[in-house]
Order: sequence, then structure tokens, then C-alpha cells
Amino acid sequence: MAASLQNLSRYVVPAATVAGAVIVWELASRVLRIPKFIMPAPSEIATEAWEWRYRFIGHSWVTLYETLGGFALSIVVGVPLATLIVYSPSMRRALYPLIVLLQAVPKIAVAPVLLLVIGYGEIPKMIVAFLVAFFPIVVDTATGLAATPPELLELSRSYRASAFKTFVKVRFPMALPFVFSGLKVAITLAVIGAVVGEFIGSDKGLGYVILSATSYWKTELAFASMILLSLIAIMLFGAVCLVERLVCPWLAPAAEE
Amino acid sequence: MIRLQGVEKTYRTRRGDLVPAVEGITLDIAENEFVTLVGPSGCGKSTLLKLVAGLTLVSGGTVRVRDTVVREPFPDVGIVFQHPVLLPWRTVLDNVLFSADMLGLGPEGYRQRALELLTLSGLAGFETRLPRELSGGMQQRVAICRALLPDPSLLLMDEPFGALDAMTREELGFELLRIWEARRKTILFVTHSIPEAILLADKVVVMTPGPGRIARVITIDLPRPRTVELEFDAKFKAYSDEVRGLIFASRRARGDGR
Repeated sequence: MAASLQNLSRYVVPAATVAGAVIVWELASRVLRIPKFIMPAPSEIATEAWEWRYRFIGHSWVTLYETLGGFALSIVVGVPLATLIVYSPSMRRALYPLIVLLQAVPKIAVAPVLLLVIGYGEIPKMIVAFLVAFFPIVVDTATGLAATPPELLELSRSYRASAFKTFVKVRFPMALPFVFSGLKVAITLAVIGAVVGEFIGSDKGLGYVILSATSYWKTELAFASMILLSLIAIMLFGAVCLVERLVCPWLAPAAEE
Repeated sequence: MIRLQGVEKTYRTRRGDLVPAVEGITLDIAENEFVTLVGPSGCGKSTLLKLVAGLTLVSGGTVRVRDTVVREPFPDVGIVFQHPVLLPWRTVLDNVLFSADMLGLGPEGYRQRALELLTLSGLAGFETRLPRELSGGMQQRVAICRALLPDPSLLLMDEPFGALDAMTREELGFELLRIWEARRKTILFVTHSIPEAILLADKVVVMTPGPGRIARVITIDLPRPRTVELEFDAKFKAYSDEVRGLIFASRRARGDGR
């Protein structure tokens, strides 16, 4: 009984909070007659979203694969880069300043230049997504690889296992929790990167919809796109958490006995 | 089996100064002998263990194992650390098999032996558990099984029971003796517990810090198998007074004794 009450409050309380906020918002915009282009009511946003339902599928798909492309690129580049940095002190000295420099450059400033150089299409958006997402992956993976308990490294050395074997069997799996915390940050950043890329110049994607909606004073459409974008980001974050659970089942909280 | 001659090890600090960790260590350890190294922190006990394992190299003198000068790690060694350092994603059984795996021995052939070792150390029935489901003492038993799996003739133990509570510590000590009686091997065991050092050993090497040197090597003439009752033996008391005396004499000489 107590347990079910607890479960109830775990899901019902946050759901009720959100529902309450939406109701207050709806009532406020009706009672105060706030113009639609300043602050649309939830019902107006929902209506607009419904009308756009088929067009949204295409635009969401574009943003989704730009995000995933950039995210994949940041894993493919970030993890080996982190490994190089941890294993080779000279590589570390050579690469670290470059990586930090790249991170320090405001990506919104880079995006127009990229589009100018590479042109339109999905690739420059993926690159912007990659640029914002790869830093946490490099830093967290490097931290994880450097955090291997020294005893395990000594043990591997005493068994005369090769550096590669030690990496595959000990260091990399040991670093996985760190890698995943980097991935979780990276996936949400990748969504932002893709949208920033679309802002600069594109004719599809949710970022494009937001930009064009605001230039036509269609605030309710912009809101609908923003909500959709948030849902995509939450879904992607959830997917990374799910993969983490599958890949590192030993990190799950221990079952009660 | 192990012969240390004039062994010296210096470390370089961050500022570039050379600091001696151990100096003038000469010691002979016979085959199948149980030797404990006891002394306060910073007397170079662990350094000595690493030198024997070939994990770090001497700055002077020589370390020989079976007449071969140690210049690199060699496989005939099992190491147990203060912390079990098990792999959290491997089951208990697979953690024991880790040593065979890393040695490239094909873990399949060692399965049976791994199961026997686990049974011998009271872990039968826990084979498929993950390390985090085990207590500290049980985890350390797994680490010992892992070290014993390839049946090395030399076992190096660096304060293996140091992180455990006193009762588990005593229990594991006797368990280790039981395993050792059944299948003799040379054990070099670092501890800073004086009773533990005496209770387990054939020979106690008392070390003093600053830099680490051997103060005295005491041969322990107590009957085996060792029992808890021995701790009340007059001889045990005499040994423990002797060790304590050596350690505190060095403290007084250095002016930080109380």
C-alpha cells in the first residue's frame, strides 16, 4: 500500500504539475486576451501542430538525422582522439590546445563560415552538430581512460598482456561509465548544433520552421516546433540512457534481496 | 628462490630531487617460504614487492628470482593488492579467470580449477554473482583466487587484508595458510600488522623507514598449522615485543617517537 502510494506520487505529482501549468497558461491567455503572436495559448499551439502534422514528419526527420550524423561523427572522432591523448604524452601536448581552441570558438560564429565554404545541404549541419558535441566526449573518455586503477594496470603488466589487450579487456570497459556521461551531454548538444546550422541557412528541418514561422508572426507554429524539438532531444537522451543500461548492466542499481 | 643483493631504489620527485625509497636491501628467500615484510608506512615494503615482480626496476644492486636477474615482469607470479580491483562487469568466476585470460592461456581450460579455488575459499554458489554483490572480504577472496589460478610459484601480497575489518582479516589469514599448506608456494606478504606478520610467517622481515632498510630478519619458530591460540603463547609475545622494539627504536632515533 505504502509502495503503491509512493509510485503514485512519483508519476502523478509531476504530471499534475505540468497539467496545472498548462491549464493556468490557457486560462491566462484567454482571460488576459494576450495576442497570439506574443504568447499563443496551449490550445492554439496544439491546433497548429495538428495542422502541420504531416509536414512536421519530414522536418523532424531532417533535424533528427543531422543530429544523429553529427553525434555519430563526434563519437567516431572523439573516442579515438581521447585514446591518443591518454596513451601518448606528445600527442596530448600537440592535440589538447587545438581541441580546447576548437571548443573556445563560438560555434554560432563558425556556422555561417562553414555554410559559405561547404554550401547548403545536411553535411554542414552535421558538422556544426559534431563541433558542439565532440568536446564532452573527448574530455569524459580521456578522464575515464586515465582513471583506470593503477593496480589493474600493474596486474596486466605482470601478466605481460599487450597494451592493446589491456585496452580492450580493462581500460576501455572500465572507462565506459565516463564515456556514457560524455555521450549524454553530447546528444543534447548535437540537437542544438543541428538547429543552429539550420538557422544559418536551410529550407528544411525544425530550425528552419522556427525561423520562418517567427518571420511570419506565426508564434504558435514556432512554439509547436520548439516543443517537438524538445521531445526529440528528450527521446534521444533516453535512447542513450537505454543503450548505457544495455551495454553496462553492472551499473544498474543492485536489486533488493 | 629470491635473492636481493644490495638493492637500492630511488625515485625522482616532481622537483627533480632524488629520494631513496629503499637502500642496502640484502635478503634471501627460500622456495616455499612464507615471508612477511612489516614496518611503518613509508619504509619501502611495497616498493620491494614491485621490484621483485619486475614492475619497477632497481636503481642499484640486483634482484634475482631462481638465479635469473629480474628486468621485466615475469608470468610465474601472482599479485594481490590491498584493494581487490575486480572488474565490475565480470562475474566472480570470470574475474578469477581474468588472470588466465590476460596470460593468454585460454580461460576454458582453467574453468574447473577456478571452480575448485572458489569452493576452497568458501565462495561456492557465488560464481555467477557480480563483484558489487559481494562483501569486501569476499571480493578479496576472489582476488586471491584470481592470483592463484595459473598456479604461480611466487605469490606477492601487498597488505591484502589491510582494508578489511579485524575479524575478516584474521579469518582470511588462516584461510590463506590453509591454502598454502595444501599447495606450497613462496609468499612475500606486506603488512603493517605485527600480530599478522608473526602469525603467518616463517620469517618476518622488519623494515624501518627513511630510507627503507631491513632492521632485522626474525625466523619464527612456532608450530604449524598455526592457530588463534598461538597469540597467547609466550614465544609469540616475545616475537611481537622484538618487532615492536625494532620499529619504535627507529622512531625514537628519528625523533618522532612518543
